[in-house]
Formats: sequence, C-alpha cells, structure tokens
Amino acid sequence: MKTASGFNTIGEAAEQAALVPVQFDSKDYMLPEGANLAASLLAAGVSVFRNTPASGAPRGPFCMMGVCYDCLVEIDGVTRQACQTQVSANMQVSKPAIPAAALREDDHA
Amino acid sequence: MRETDLAIIGAGPAGMAAASEAANAGIATILIDEQPTVGGQIYRDVQRVAPLRGAMLGQDYLDGLPLARAVANPLISHIAGAVVWQVETDGTITYSIDDQSHQVKASRILIATGAIERPMPLPGWTLPGVMTVGAGQILLKQSGLIPNRAVLVGCGPLLYVLASQMLKANTPPLAIIETQTTGDLMAAMKHVGGALRGWRYLLKGSKLLAALKLGGVKRYTGARNISIEGEEAVTGVSFDTGGKRQIIACDTALLHHGVVPNVQISRALQLDHDWNGQQACFSPKLDLWGKSSEAGIFIAGDGAGIGGAKAAALCGRLSALKIANELGKLTDAELAAKAAPINAELSSECAARPFLDRAYPPFREALSPRDETIVCRCEEVTAGDIRKAAALGCQGPNQLKAFLRAGMGPCQGRGCGLTVSALFAEETGKPIAEVGYFKIRSPLKPITLGELASLEKDAD
Amino acid sequence: MDTNFTIIGGGVVGMSLAWGLLKHGHEVTILDGDDGSYRASRGNFGLVWVQGKGAKAPHYARWTRLSASLFADFVEELTETTGIPLGLQQNGGFDYHFSEESLARTLATYEKLKQDLGADYPFEVLRGDALRKEEPTVGPEVQAAILHHEDGHLNPLKLLHALHKDVQRMGGTYLPNHQVVTVSKTDHFTLTCANGETFHSERVILSAGLGALALGPSMGFVTPLEPERGQVLITEKLPPMLNRPSVTARQVDEGGIQIGATNERVGFQNNTTTRGLASLAAEAIRTHPFLAKTKLVRSWGALRIMSRDGLPIYQQSPTMPGAYLVTCHSGITLAAVHGKRLPGWFDQKDDAPNLEKFSEDRFRL
Ligand SMILES: Cc1cc2nc3c(=O)[nH]c(=O)nc-3n(C[C@H](O)[C@H](O)[C@H](O)COP(=O)(O)OP(=O)(O)OC[C@H]3O[C@@H](n4cnc5c(N)ncnc54)[C@H](O)[C@@H]3O)c2cc1C
Ligand SMILES: Cc1cc2nc3c(=O)[nH]c(=O)nc-3n(C[C@H](O)[C@H](O)[C@H](O)COP(=O)(O)OP(=O)(O)OC[C@H]3O[C@@H](n4cnc5c(N)ncnc54)[C@H](O)[C@@H]3O)c2cc1C
Ligand code: FES
Repeated sequence: MKTASGFNTIGEAAEQAALVPVQFDSKDYMLPEGANLAASLLAAGVSVFRNTPASGAPRGPFCMMGVCYDCLVEIDGVTRQACQTQVSANMQVSKPAIPAAALREDDHA
Repeated sequence: MRETDLAIIGAGPAGMAAASEAANAGIATILIDEQPTVGGQIYRDVQRVAPLRGAMLGQDYLDGLPLARAVANPLISHIAGAVVWQVETDGTITYSIDDQSHQVKASRILIATGAIERPMPLPGWTLPGVMTVGAGQILLKQSGLIPNRAVLVGCGPLLYVLASQMLKANTPPLAIIETQTTGDLMAAMKHVGGALRGWRYLLKGSKLLAALKLGGVKRYTGARNISIEGEEAVTGVSFDTGGKRQIIACDTALLHHGVVPNVQISRALQLDHDWNGQQACFSPKLDLWGKSSEAGIFIAGDGAGIGGAKAAALCGRLSALKIANELGKLTDAELAAKAAPINAELSSECAARPFLDRAYPPFREALSPRDETIVCRCEEVTAGDIRKAAALGCQGPNQLKAFLRAGMGPCQGRGCGLTVSALFAEETGKPIAEVGYFKIRSPLKPITLGELASLEKDAD
Repeated sequence: MDTNFTIIGGGVVGMSLAWGLLKHGHEVTILDGDDGSYRASRGNFGLVWVQGKGAKAPHYARWTRLSASLFADFVEELTETTGIPLGLQQNGGFDYHFSEESLARTLATYEKLKQDLGADYPFEVLRGDALRKEEPTVGPEVQAAILHHEDGHLNPLKLLHALHKDVQRMGGTYLPNHQVVTVSKTDHFTLTCANGETFHSERVILSAGLGALALGPSMGFVTPLEPERGQVLITEKLPPMLNRPSVTARQVDEGGIQIGATNERVGFQNNTTTRGLASLAAEAIRTHPFLAKTKLVRSWGALRIMSRDGLPIYQQSPTMPGAYLVTCHSGITLAAVHGKRLPGWFDQKDDAPNLEKFSEDRFRL
C-alpha cells in the first residue's frame, strides 16, 4: 500500500486491524487500533511530533524503543512516548505545550 | 506487596531464557517488560509477526519463537506493558502500567534490559527523518513499515541485516554509507583465528554482502565528514569518500555504529562498572554467573556487555541456574553439570566478537563530535559547550551536567552520557574509567506526579 | 603554589567568597573535591528566601534580608561579565496553609519578628479570590497563603556556573579533585591534598560544606555540623504556570517545576525513598492540582549542612589565626552577602559587618 508518507506499508491483510479515528494536532486520522502510535502516525505522513522546549526545534521519532523521548506527544493532557503507546479510538493527540520563547527572553531582562 | 523468588526485568532473549530455566528449576518467576509482548529488541513481537513476515525477516528472527513459547509456563508470570521506574537494593521493584504503580519484592533480581544503540551525534542528527537503524528494524518488524527513500549511515552487521530485509521487501535503501575502512578489516583479520570458530557468523556476513551487491545496493566505505542535510527535515546526507565530496538525497537517514549496554538500572543501583576499551562502553562488573557487586542482583544479556542474542540467552540461563542454586533448588554438582554445556556453547558463540568489534569500530567523528554538533538531544547542548565547561575545570560529568543541563532532559542521559564522558576525558586528559558517568536517579522513566502520589498510602 | 587566600571547597559558599575576594584584589586559589562528593550546591531548591528565617534570631533575619536586597546587583554583575542569565525573580513568595491553625501559628512568629525588626517586615495574608487571582492554579484545599514581598528564587545551577566562570575570568585558580587532607601553620599555611600536592597560603577559608567536619577540629573549630537530607523532584518543562515560588513548588526559568523538599536526619545517606517522594508529590498536588498530570523527570536527595542551631557560622580560628570557617544552611540566599560583604570582614575594613553573634562562641558556652 502506497501512503502519502515517506514509508511503505507491507502488512498483509491479516494484520489490518480496524481503523479508528485519532486526532493529531486538530487533524483527523484513521489509524489501526492497537498498532504502535508512532509508527501509525509516521505511516500517515506525520513527521514532526513535537518541538523541543529548549529551542522549539522540530523533532520526530528517532529510536522507536523508548530511549530518546523525541516522539513525545500529549495524549489527553499527559505527555507520553508515542513509540511506547498503542492506538486507541478517539485519542486526542497533540504536540506537547512548551515554555514560550518569551519565558526565556525574560531571563535576559 | 507482592513477593516472588525471582523478578526478571526485560523479556528479550536473556530474560525469556532465564525465566524458563528458572521455572524448570521450580522457581516462581515474574517477568516484567514494557513491551506489550515478549521478544525484546531482536525478537520483537515474534509470536504475532512470525506468521506474517517471518520469511522476510529471516531465520535469525524466527529463532526467537521457541524462547517466546517457553515463557508460557505456570511458574512464570509475564507482566506486560510494565515500565520499571525504580529498583531498590532490598529487592523492591516499582513499575507502572497504565499510569498505576505497582510494587513487587523479589529475593533475587535479574536485570535483562539489553542494549541501546550507541549515540551517533553528527551534524543534523536531530532533524525529523533521522532515525536509528534499530528504529528502522523495529518499524519493519512490528509495524511492517519501510522508509521509501532511505540511506543507511554508520557501520556494523545490523546495517546489512536491515538493508537485506528491505531488499527482500523490494524497497532497498538508496545507499549504505559506511564509516569503517579497509584498514579496520585488515586489523580485524588478526582475530580471525577466533573468528574461524565463529565461522557461522562470518559466513552469514559475507552472504548478506553478496546479496546486497546482487541487489544493486550502493555501498561507500571509509566515509568521513558526514553531515545530515536539511532545514526542517532530512533532505540528504553528505560525506567525503575516496577524496571526493558526495551528497545523496533522501527522506530518511538511518544511523548506527554499534550498540552499548543499557546501564540505566545498574547505574541507578550504583553497582560497580568497568570501562570496556574493546567495546568502548561501560559495563557492569559481574562474575561468570552474572552476579553484580550487590548481593542478590544479577545481570544478563547485552546489558551485561555486548554479545548478541544467542549469547544473551545463554547468559540468562547461567544466571537462572546460579539463582536456583542460591535458592536451594540445585545442588552445586547439579549446577556444574548443567552449566558446562552452556558455557561451551557460549565460548563458541563469543568467538567472532573480537573480530566484529575490530572490523566495525565506532565512528570517530561521532565519538568526538565537532564543536557545533548537538550532543544532548533533549537540552540541545553542543560538543563545543561541553568542551568549554570541561576546560573551566568542572569536577566531572555531574558538575558539567549541572552547568549545562546535558543529561537532565527526559531521556536522563541515555542519549548523551557516553559522549559527555568521552569528551570530558578527551578535554582533561583523564582516562574515561576515572571520569565516570552521570549519576542516575529514579524515576528511570518519567511518571506522572499523580501516580507517584498514589504510592503515599502504600508506603505507610 | 603560593597565594593570598586558599579556599577549601568550591560549592556556592566557597565560590561566592572567592568572587568577592578577587573583586577586592586578592589572589585566590580554590581547592575542591571530586565529582562524587556531597554537594548541596548542586542539589538545592534555588530559593532566595526571607520569610521565616531567623524567627528566633533577629540578627539572622537582618543578615538574610541584607543579602536579598543585594541580590539584584550581584546577579546583574555576574550576568554582565559571564553572559549567563540566572533567572532571578524577586516578586515575593508564598507559604501555603491548609488550616487556620497552622496559619495562626506561623503568623504569631512573624508578628513577633516584625516587632523585633522595628515593624519592618513586609508580608501579607492572601485568601480566597485574592489568592487565586495572584496564583490561579492554587487548589481548593489551600486556605490561605502568606505572601512575603522580599522572597524570590533563581536558577542555582546557573549561579554556580556563573561564579565559576567569573572567578576564573578574574584570575582565580580553581582546582577540582584536590581533596585537602591536612592544614598546618608555621608563618604561613601549608595545605596537603590527597593526591600529594601541597599549597602554601597566607590565609585559609574552610568552606567545604560537610567536608568541614573532617578538617575543622584540627584547625581549631568546633564545627558542630550535621547533614540533613532533602529529597527534591523536578518535572518536565511546561509553559508558565506558577507566578511565584513557594517552599512547596516553584517553576524553574527553563520551565520545569521543582518540588521540595523533605527534612530528614538520616546521616550521610543522600538517596531517595518512595515514601519521601510520594509525600512531596501529594503535597504539591494538594497545592496545585494540575500537577497530578505532570510528568516527573527526576528526583534526588541532597544533604543540607546544618549547624546545631541552624544559623551560619563565621569564625576565625583561635588556634590558627588567619584560618576561617564559613558555613551556612542557606548558601544560595546568602550568596550575595557572602560575595559583597564578607571580604570586608576578612580584611577587617571599617565598614565590615559585625558577625560576633555568628561566631562559634555560642557553642563553646
Ligand atoms: C533496536 C535494536 C535492534 C536490534 N536488532 C538486532 C537484529 O536484528 N539482529 C541481531 O542479531 N541483533 C540485534 N540487536 C541486538 C540484540 O537486540 C541483542 O543482541 C539482544 O536482543 C540482546 O538481548 P537481551 O535479552 O539482552 O535484551 P533485549 O532484547 O534488548 O531486551 C530487553 C528488554 O528489556 C525491556 N526493558 C528495558 N528497560 C525496561 C524498563 N525500565 N522497564 C521494563 N522493561 C524494560 C525492553 O522492553 C526489552 O524488551 C538489536 C539491538 C537493538 C537495540
Ligand atoms: C535539598 C536542599 C534544598 C536547599 N534549598 C535551598 C534554598 O532554596 N535556598 C538556599 O539558600 N539554600 C538552600 N539549600 C542550602 C544550600 O544548598 C547550601 O547552603 C549551599 O549549597 C552550601 O554550599 P557549600 O558550598 O557550603 O557546600 P557544598 O555545596 O556541599 O560544597 C562543598 C564543596 O566542598 C568540597 N570539599 C569538601 N571537603 C573538601 C576537602 N577536604 N577539600 C577540598 N574540597 C572539599 C566538596 O567537594 C564540595 O564541592 C538547600 C540544600 C538542600 C540540600
Ligand atoms: S522514538 Fe525514541 S522514545 Fe520514542
């Protein structure tokens, strides 16, 4: 199956779980229930999962094994590693809120 | 609080093998892993995935099936999706499932948390679209996902394993940019006496390379000055090879230059560690059974020192046997008899190791990155910042961390600890063994304050 | 190496003194321990705190307030020369109360202190909507808060970093991994380190935190010090949530929420305990309920350096004139006064502060 993302999915029919609605940053996606959230978002064309609290730089999954924390997203108000999370219906996912750049500006005052 | 004879943290080959060996000896065992299924990194999700794409993933993957099946034993209680966030020397393990903390107290603990990929700080390595080769493998195994336009960068057998799997799935990488040189190979040949005993691995290696060649996958070796290009996401990888600058456009860059023990738990427990010069990493100090410097705490698998999946399983068995012996389930004579064949297999399993370590040394530019390269991904601290702080006369990595925040982010130094110690050693001229490592504290993985607060009642 | 002043200990106390002495034109060498030694300066809560300090010792309250009033200048100087912003905020701080009884008890001591200080002690009590307007995230269980207008906080790690950088810029010599094992005196001091190196010096300051326990008695000090463990939590980074610090929680300039700290007499153990961490988390959630969903990133334990009565010690050695003991349990709060006023005391300048009440005589009686 060809997707809009940089990834090819090679799963056979047996693997295709039911698709459920998930929101990421206010956009709607249909993702396979129970699948790995990071992988499913990547397959759906999402590449930036968060902006760093230090500089706001864009980041996406790096290690896929729970080590790097670059896949952090906010799910129902709690930040979690997308690569360690399974998709469930109606998940509200967003980039984690970060300290405003202004907060860092203030220090220099 | 739940109590048990043995608690094993990590259900990879080491943990699975140890659990079944312990259960065979009649020991009640709890096997804890944060993944939803057993398998660890190499055999990830093997029971579900083997029927789907076992052929493409190859025999080395399918080898995990018997191990995974043996976990189904009434004496083994597998706790899945459980993140261990605290381990105490009295045998108490605290883990989190769905934002709820639980505790178990074990009279013996086996840490089998495996390896993590060696950090590979290169210019641009924080861009979206840069991942590790291990991540590429996990995506393929667990989710059947392959990057369309990918370049593999670094060195080591795992590059060839992933490339050949991608090839089998008709999505080969655009290129493999390798950092080892012909000189490395020549130097490695002097270990070939040992490697000949591990000939199976070498044969497998050359078969992989032949298949890649046949499949038209372009390989560059001895690459230098590697940079990941792109502003907001990866657009390509540039490097020098054979005296020429090359750039290869891609959407995904997968990095790898070896794996190192995941020492998060052993460091938090303040167990003794040694610097392993051959593998350029710290590993916990252990006896031949995997016993650590703290009574009752054992370590097996790649977390004890890199030996690969087969060796991991064998070491897991040895630890389990010794634990059975300590708990009075095996006599000394029985222990010796059972351990002998495992030790014999282990030594032939480890024979190719010195060859592999020498043939694919870590990439020097990533061990000592250029000043402008980010070393701590979480806090965005560069190699130059670290060199400056070291020159200021920091006492060591922990003071340096306090000054720069390197190692203070959510990953708690997993991604920069080794690089920080190495840069500090380089800057001060002290041996890295003396420089030491970040002090690790709980939680080993972030938990919510609400979850932590809920333990107040239990603790009373 | 010969030098004017040798300072034993490169924590915030030793470095503040080094900074001040260099500004006064002295040559300074700092000998410090290794990366693993007890170091309150890297584990503390970062408050520049006035309220409650010296409730039974007005001279300590005055000394603390003097330091708080010097802080803005102190930080400005440091930031200007080092380029390191320290995140200093001195808009006041809260002491939260869950019951009227505990509030009344605390107010009684503050009122008494206010009298002792000539009615000059700027605090007020906030409750209900007024409190929630100032600090919107406060939970329903909080009955009232004492707002003291002189309280504040800063990033203590950046303070230590800036002191190190500025001390070296001014020509101070900082030598880590130089554990001092003996100090002797003839016409000058000789310090011997564990690595065998020796140093000569006209004067010596012992500001080694808990390390003073080992050296102090041989140098003629009573050194009545004891460790007190404080466990501390830090969360993931958040957008601005807390307007002012409290002794329960404060938002660090980088965005993380720091939660502290326990007070435990457990000897030299600086580990954390599940019970300690859980009780801190529960108290913080009671105060700011939104924290329940916030992720904890790290916890640690650090040892406070407590004198027998909790007050600082400033003492010249009776047996080794020219050797001084300087130690305190609020080395962040006192950093400004240490950097800006103590040099005059060492040099016996006319405007030197009178520190007799902080001498060890109080323990010799
Ligand atoms: C990403 C990656 C991919 C790899 N792919 C291959 C390959 O294709 N072929 C090959 O020969 N070798 C591969 N290796 C090396 C191989 O993983 C090891 O040789 C082997 O898996 C080691 O087995 P182990 O049992 O020691 O640890 P692992 O298999 O790594 O198992 C460790 C387990 O511990 C769990 N764990 C860790 N920390 C915690 C915690 N705090 N709480 C709960 N659980 C925890 C993990 O979830 C994991 O399941 C790979 C390594 C990595 C890191
Ligand atoms: C949990 C906690 C919270 C705190 N919160 C606050 C707060 O909010 N506000 C505040 O004002 N204060 C606070 N404090 C107190 C403050 O941190 C300390 O007062 C201050 O850090 C003490 O600094 P120091 O330099 O005396 O000691 P340390 O930081 O302990 O430094 C002593 C140094 O001396 C060195 N040393 C020891 N022995 C030798 C030797 N023989 N030779 C050479 N070097 C030696 C050590 O290596 C070390 O570097 C807190 C403390 C703790 C533990
Ligand atoms: S991708 Fe590294 S933690 Fe999820």
